[in-house]
Amino acid sequence: MLTIKNLHASIEGTPILRGINLEVKAGEVHAIMGPNGSGKSTLASVLAGREEYEVTEGEVSFKGKDLLDLAPEDRAREGVFLAFQYPVEIPGVSSTNFLRTAVNQVREYRGLEALDAVKFLTMMKEKMKLVEIDQKLLSRSLNEGFSGGEKKRNEIFQMAMLEPTLSILDETDSGLDIDALRIVSNGVNQLKSKDNATIVVTHYQRLLDYIVPDYVHVLYKGKIVKSGTKELALELEEKGYDWIKEAVDSEATV
Amino acid sequence: MSKDNQILEELTSKEYEHGWSVNYEADEAPIGLNEEIINWISAKKEEPQWLLEWRLKAFKTWQNMTEPEWANVTYPKIDLQSLRYYSAPKQDKKPKSLDEVDPELLQIYERLGINLNEQKKLQGIAVDAVLDSVSVGTTFKATLSKLGIIFCSFSEAVKEHPELVKKYLGSVVPMTDNYYAALNSAVFSDGSFCYIPKGVRCPMELSTYFRINAANTGQFERTLIVAEDEAYVSYLEGCTAPQRDENQLHAAVVEIYAAKNAEVKYSTVQNWFPGDKNGKGGIYNFVTKRGICAGDHSKISWTQVETGSAVTWKYPSCILKGDHSIGEFYSVAVTNNYQQADTGTKMIHIGKNTKSRIVSKGISAGKSQNSYRGQVQVMKRADNARNFSQCDSLLMGDRCGAHTFPYIDINNSSAKVEHEATTSKIGEDQLFYCNQRGISTEDAVALIVNGYAKEVLNQLPMEFAVEAQKLLALTLEGSVG
Ligand SMILES: Nc1ncnc2c1ncn2[C@@H]1O[C@H](COP(=O)(O)OP(=O)(O)OP(=O)(O)O)[C@@H](O)[C@H]1O
Ligand SMILES: [Mg+2]
Repeated sequence: MLTIKNLHASIEGTPILRGINLEVKAGEVHAIMGPNGSGKSTLASVLAGREEYEVTEGEVSFKGKDLLDLAPEDRAREGVFLAFQYPVEIPGVSSTNFLRTAVNQVREYRGLEALDAVKFLTMMKEKMKLVEIDQKLLSRSLNEGFSGGEKKRNEIFQMAMLEPTLSILDETDSGLDIDALRIVSNGVNQLKSKDNATIVVTHYQRLLDYIVPDYVHVLYKGKIVKSGTKELALELEEKGYDWIKEAVDSEATV
Repeated sequence: MSKDNQILEELTSKEYEHGWSVNYEADEAPIGLNEEIINWISAKKEEPQWLLEWRLKAFKTWQNMTEPEWANVTYPKIDLQSLRYYSAPKQDKKPKSLDEVDPELLQIYERLGINLNEQKKLQGIAVDAVLDSVSVGTTFKATLSKLGIIFCSFSEAVKEHPELVKKYLGSVVPMTDNYYAALNSAVFSDGSFCYIPKGVRCPMELSTYFRINAANTGQFERTLIVAEDEAYVSYLEGCTAPQRDENQLHAAVVEIYAAKNAEVKYSTVQNWFPGDKNGKGGIYNFVTKRGICAGDHSKISWTQVETGSAVTWKYPSCILKGDHSIGEFYSVAVTNNYQQADTGTKMIHIGKNTKSRIVSKGISAGKSQNSYRGQVQVMKRADNARNFSQCDSLLMGDRCGAHTFPYIDINNSSAKVEHEATTSKIGEDQLFYCNQRGISTEDAVALIVNGYAKEVLNQLPMEFAVEAQKLLALTLEGSVG
């Protein structure tokens, strides 16, 4: 579904991603871990099409299409969803109104007819249950004054509404309380199918107890320096990143 | 170049939708401004002597005034002698009813989406359509007159209800008020008149639609609204003009009188031609709008969505004379390209326990300048006056300007006046967030801008609110992306 080959990206001339290779197949869950500043959010942003990042080398194909060639909105319409590490506030625009615009634009792109108000609200009701989100939250301005946890929950609610094929969850677990973590993870799991894939960016093994990854990758200095199965996450939890950093850095100085 | 700037770059790509003009035979005054022209206009309109004298007095006053220069706008001096002060579509005889109005003129309004044909009108809005200098026709007159409501063109009111016109004309905006008000008083051609008798709630929205069609013609209309005790009316005003290279002058006067317990809501969606993307052409919109809450517990509420005009100079104001009276001002002003807007309000608290509320939302894009100018004045005997002002500015790109000039003048220590102001930018992260959910940049801008202006748009009557939302999106189309 997603193939990333030798991806290099920089911001304002500073290289951040330095040769990422990754293959994600339908039905898989990939976890990306790594120290702060290693480039995890950058990778997510580049895949979603944020313009500040300049791709200097490499290619990304998504469902056979050249992803880097598509405008951000078209990537979304093709099925790429990014749950933001820091969701943005849009004053005066309710979640409901926002999502209705989004859902219908995505549907139009996919050749489906627009949902009328009734159908849309029915769909919303159904998806709200999935992440146990309160109706009141959705009639408020999008993310404005939401607590950290509410924002994250709302991201997953949007994911449920947009039915993406590739979801990238950037530290969705941070800010969630223990119950919310379970609820949101359950939601993500229920949305999983053999036709879609998930990339979860996280610092904590705890999330991976709920959303069990098929692969775990460690990103360091803009490269995937180690890949493994979910046991790798346990090992990282125990030992931290120093052993990996040392191995990489000593190799680099040779 | 950042995304914001590109968006702004393209903002100008949208052509002004109402930029067409129609050729029709016109009845025109000679070019120029002098006593003779004023005599000519007054004679043309078969006006009574008192009104001619009133005009001539205004003209004398005006001759001794100078053009105001305090507003934060710059434009070349207008040569008032090169303008025409009266232009009316030629009709063989005065139409007695809408059926007799030249179908071609009705078509102009059809094209604007305004149907003057009563049978076809479903929305239940009574419309007075003003083309260039004169009123073309007023709908629903009969329905309204059963309730004693008078809604007609200004000229007709002068003929049919001279005592009312005489009583209220210039009572809220005196001819000496300012340069443009004086000019308007001297040369005004037509406009709308509306009178709601005691105890009557007007059952439908009343609306005036202004269209400038002729070239080199100033439009100087006057609107006068009188609401007697316990009366209520909601009044809408819309405006468009063709796209022309030269600038055109529009200097209107609106006066509102609210008696005891009366309430008047006045909403404007102003979409005069703003000039092209290089700043060529466009309307100079120099308007004086003022209402007086003369009676106790009366209320006047101004709502405006200003998207057009090259230069706007406009301060719809309230004189809160009656005790417990309320004044409100809700405004969204959008400027793009080279547009300049200096707009705001004045709330003059005279009576006791008077309240005013100001919500101003400026949106600037392109190389435009957008200023809020507001005055809150509390007079000596206005015990317990309250004012709340919220002035927000939204910037798109970094070549436009937003300015806020609040003037506060308090002469009674029991007054409570609050002023809040914010300035924000449409952020790239907001746009990216919308894009990431599959929303195009154009729609994202529309969504964000409408969200920002929501508090004001909510004040508009339903049909108007939808129009206004579309207009906001249209004005900013291409401004991002
Ligand atoms: N505009 C910028 N200019 C320069 N450096 C930047 C800019 N934006 C991001 N960076 C740098 O890019 C690096 C990667 O950032 P990124 O947000 O991708 O890290 P991350 O792996 O997601 O970290 P965290 O775990 O803290 O979320 C960081 O060192 C960051 O400071
Ligand atoms: Mg990050």
